[in-house]
Amino acid sequence: MEERIGMESSIAIAEVVGRCDVDVVAAYPITPQTHIVEHLSEMVANGELKAAFVPVESEHSAMSVCCGTAAVGARTYTATSSQGLALMHEILFIASSLRLPIVMAVANRSLSGPISIWNDHSDVMSDRDVGWVQIFAENGQEAVDLTIWAFRLAEDRRVSLPVMVHFDGFIVSHMIEPILMPDHETVRGYLPPFEPLLRLDVDRPVSIGPVGIPDIYTESKFLQHKLVVDAYQPIVETLEGFGKYFGRHYHPVETYRAEDAEVLLCTMGSLSETAMTVVDRRREKGHKVGLMRIRLWRPFPFEDIYRAVGAVQTIGVIDRAVSFGGPPGPVASELKAAFYRKPQQPRLVEFIAGLGGRDVALADFERMFDVLLSTRKTGQVPPPAFVGLRE
Amino acid sequence: MTRQQTAKPRWSELAVGCAVTEAGSARYNRTGDWRSSRPVWEHAHCVRCGVCQMFCPEGCIQFEPPKDFPAADLEYCKGCGICVHECPTACIRMVAEEE
Repeated sequence: MEERIGMESSIAIAEVVGRCDVDVVAAYPITPQTHIVEHLSEMVANGELKAAFVPVESEHSAMSVCCGTAAVGARTYTATSSQGLALMHEILFIASSLRLPIVMAVANRSLSGPISIWNDHSDVMSDRDVGWVQIFAENGQEAVDLTIWAFRLAEDRRVSLPVMVHFDGFIVSHMIEPILMPDHETVRGYLPPFEPLLRLDVDRPVSIGPVGIPDIYTESKFLQHKLVVDAYQPIVETLEGFGKYFGRHYHPVETYRAEDAEVLLCTMGSLSETAMTVVDRRREKGHKVGLMRIRLWRPFPFEDIYRAVGAVQTIGVIDRAVSFGGPPGPVASELKAAFYRKPQQPRLVEFIAGLGGRDVALADFERMFDVLLSTRKTGQVPPPAFVGLRE
Repeated sequence: MTRQQTAKPRWSELAVGCAVTEAGSARYNRTGDWRSSRPVWEHAHCVRCGVCQMFCPEGCIQFEPPKDFPAADLEYCKGCGICVHECPTACIRMVAEEE
């Protein structure tokens, strides 16, 4: 049974986490993730959720607690954002290398400084290489759905890896949306009980997290890389299973009106929804433009990207983070690396947009499509541009 | 007892998260391989008092049959030389490990 309700996305996420029968929530509040953990704390305090809520003193501790509770076989959830994710940084590697299937929401927010509580993807990109499965939700419904799915995928014994569910801070986290909320029984029917690969158990003692001497470190890192790469197939299968069960379908890369497109714009997260509006406008004018939305960030869906791009020769990539002194867009770098393996590379136009909560308006997308169409015509790729920069 | 060191594990043989899944398995780790010199007892002068055994920080000196003279278990002895320093009859000397 599902009920259509109007609810703030954060509250809906917290509600559905409860319906996933979590055993432990260890979290520290940080804007714009706060409403999720506040609501979970309330649910536990009110006796509505039979779980332990651990009010830790920092995000570093939050992730440390999560590692401990996941290691004893408790279904574990946390949520964070921005500086909080940064403070967790070193423990994120431990969660993944110990193969602890923690699920974490990240309400994406910029990093200081200057201090900014607003949305971009600088937190995500700083923790790109921590060995977690990372997926993006574009709206509240997707955040709810992918949270349920994340437990299923994380606890899949072929995977047994932690999963981050990313969604844009405020733009998604604080939006009141109509959401189809599955009831407790429906979620239970989808999510089998958690059976860990290995658990800390006094009756069958094991040591987790021991030293890895040079003789085994290389092997352990190869295995870790392989596990994240190999998570791809279970991801596709479980997303398909989710679609069959709930009727809402998700894919590693999704496209919008890309079939006969001559230029493609690539987005990640909630910007996609505004971009679709502009694609529609352009299509009405007869411009063959389309959209490619990367949903799965790790493992990087190379084959889906090649399929989505097809024969398109001009692609624009919107990055919402900067690799200072680097290419500079992290997503653009990834796409360039992906196509470097191919005999022919599409022209790639880099846009840096929507930093620190700067709106990316319809007019901005119009200008980006103008640049793409002229790049296609002239074959001249402009240098990376900060969209809306006052010069 | 120590176990003969097995071949280094392949990536496919690592335990989940590189966990150590057998209790007490540290005893398999032969930790004496970085020793640069080893103690040798001159049995003619040894009075078998056991001072070397008591002072050994590794606890790796045992009295070995048939004659019950002390000897270091070289799989664990680090070659620190404390036994040499403490021996009341000065019957132990350090010999360089040379291959």
